[in-house]
Amino acid sequence: MKNVGQREPNVIPGFGITLGFTTFFLSAIVLLPLSALVLKTAGLDWSRFLEVIASPRALASYRLSFGASLVAACVNMVFGFALAWTLVRYEFPGRKLVDAIIDMPFALPTAVSGIALTTIFAGNGWIGQYLEPAGIHVAYTPLGITVALTLIGMPFVVRTVQPALQEVQRDLEDAAETLGAGRFYIFRRIIVPTVLPALLTGFTLAFARAVGEYGSVIFIAGNKYMETEITPLLIIFRLEEYDYAGAAALGFVMLSISFVMLLAINLLQVWGRKRLMVSR
Amino acid sequence: MAGPSSHADVAAELATRPGYKSVRATLVRWLLITVSLTFLGALLAAPLAAVFAMALEQGWSAYFSSFGDEATRASIRLTLTAAAIVVPLNTVFGITAAWCISKFEFRGKSILITLIDLPLAVSPVVSGLIYVLLFGLNGWFGAWLQEHDISIVYALPGIILATMFVTFPYVARELIPLMQQLGNDEEEAAITLGAGGWFTFFRVTLPRIRWGLIYGVILCNARAMGEFGAVSVVSGNVRNLTMTMPLQIEALYNEYNMVGAFAVASVLSLLAVATLIIKTLVEGRTGYRRR
Repeated sequence: MKNVGQREPNVIPGFGITLGFTTFFLSAIVLLPLSALVLKTAGLDWSRFLEVIASPRALASYRLSFGASLVAACVNMVFGFALAWTLVRYEFPGRKLVDAIIDMPFALPTAVSGIALTTIFAGNGWIGQYLEPAGIHVAYTPLGITVALTLIGMPFVVRTVQPALQEVQRDLEDAAETLGAGRFYIFRRIIVPTVLPALLTGFTLAFARAVGEYGSVIFIAGNKYMETEITPLLIIFRLEEYDYAGAAALGFVMLSISFVMLLAINLLQVWGRKRLMVSR
Repeated sequence: MAGPSSHADVAAELATRPGYKSVRATLVRWLLITVSLTFLGALLAAPLAAVFAMALEQGWSAYFSSFGDEATRASIRLTLTAAAIVVPLNTVFGITAAWCISKFEFRGKSILITLIDLPLAVSPVVSGLIYVLLFGLNGWFGAWLQEHDISIVYALPGIILATMFVTFPYVARELIPLMQQLGNDEEEAAITLGAGGWFTFFRVTLPRIRWGLIYGVILCNARAMGEFGAVSVVSGNVRNLTMTMPLQIEALYNEYNMVGAFAVASVLSLLAVATLIIKTLVEGRTGYRRR
């Protein structure tokens, strides 16, 4: 960091042009189109807006989208933590491969994971054939949606918790153990406080991604009326009926959720940094 | 602490991590490894294996002949075309944004970073919807576009715009932390010694960021070729004309043409695997880990 008091003039060229190009491109591709959605919604009259976003079908879809995303994010918090812990603390054959494959959901197209999951969890699929006799139906149920959302959210939790776990000071653990602390006590009082901000950030990232997810869900959802219809699918239905205003209203709801999530993630990160500074 | 240990062991045990050698620690360790790997296997490895198993269900000849289908060929062509336009544009944007953000201090920088990341938080369906609202038949510019016989939505330009929106942050996100970490010193030295801006970029900056740049471009490309939701909204699903590979997968799947659907899916899966391999190589080379 430069000393602000005796700041030298920056000799590197290109500030004006790069900032100009960045803001122009950003406005053209991202900001203007997004504001079109906001303005389109603002043009709706209030009762029509409410009628669209509070219709029973829309409410059922929010319940499903939020519920499944929440469960998926919770599952990811538990297993994602276990995975991150395994990768950071243990040495085992194939650890490098496992570490690399974690990012798979980032790179794999959602339509591909969607049809693959549906095939596996269908009644005659690799996993489905053992679950169906036990009365557990995954494909074409809310449970299937949750499985798909768990898949796409998993790397978010692992990748945020992993660096935080590396930060945990081993000497603190050693000191605690020397002083007679049990394993669970150490976990609760040293490890959890250190990784908590990262864990919550990962949870929120996974949740935010899951709420808006479309591709990997629609295949395994079965899209039964009022039962397994996610909110993004309702937007598609509105568009197919050329009801742009209705689609915009539902899109606006989803966009607002995205903004709240973004805000939550930023606040969590600020909180995490502050905690880290206090503990040092 | 569980596990009896003889007096001779005590010193050695304190030297390693406490409790490391105890029976319970070993149990916990293997339990956690098993649970994690089972979770990963069921959720990630099994779907990936299923793609190839389904694609090859009726043998290699059926697999290869599914690429002879005209609609499938058209979808591959369209995907390649869209990616060939989107990826270079987003690469130029990513480098420009990263230069601006990492080399200079200015007000509103953190807002700019947040806005660049914004598309990652938006639902893919909403990403497509915004362009339909702008350029669709009932959209803002819809009437004007129709008058002048220009089609954006349900045509290639719409697919390109939606794909661009979705993959917008990838190159920039890869480069910004990398360039911030590398600092300005070498560029300042080059400029002070009389090098021009372009010369400095190509001879000083680019060699140092090239691995991060390569990964950013590859990831951007994988996302561009695989985008489904946003493209599905703007494409209108016109066979042979506006179907990208992911949309073709959906169409074939809905027609119960499983070999065809999974054959196309296998190509995109190979692309994803290649992307991850390159990522691992890049991280090995730079020793730099993204967060």
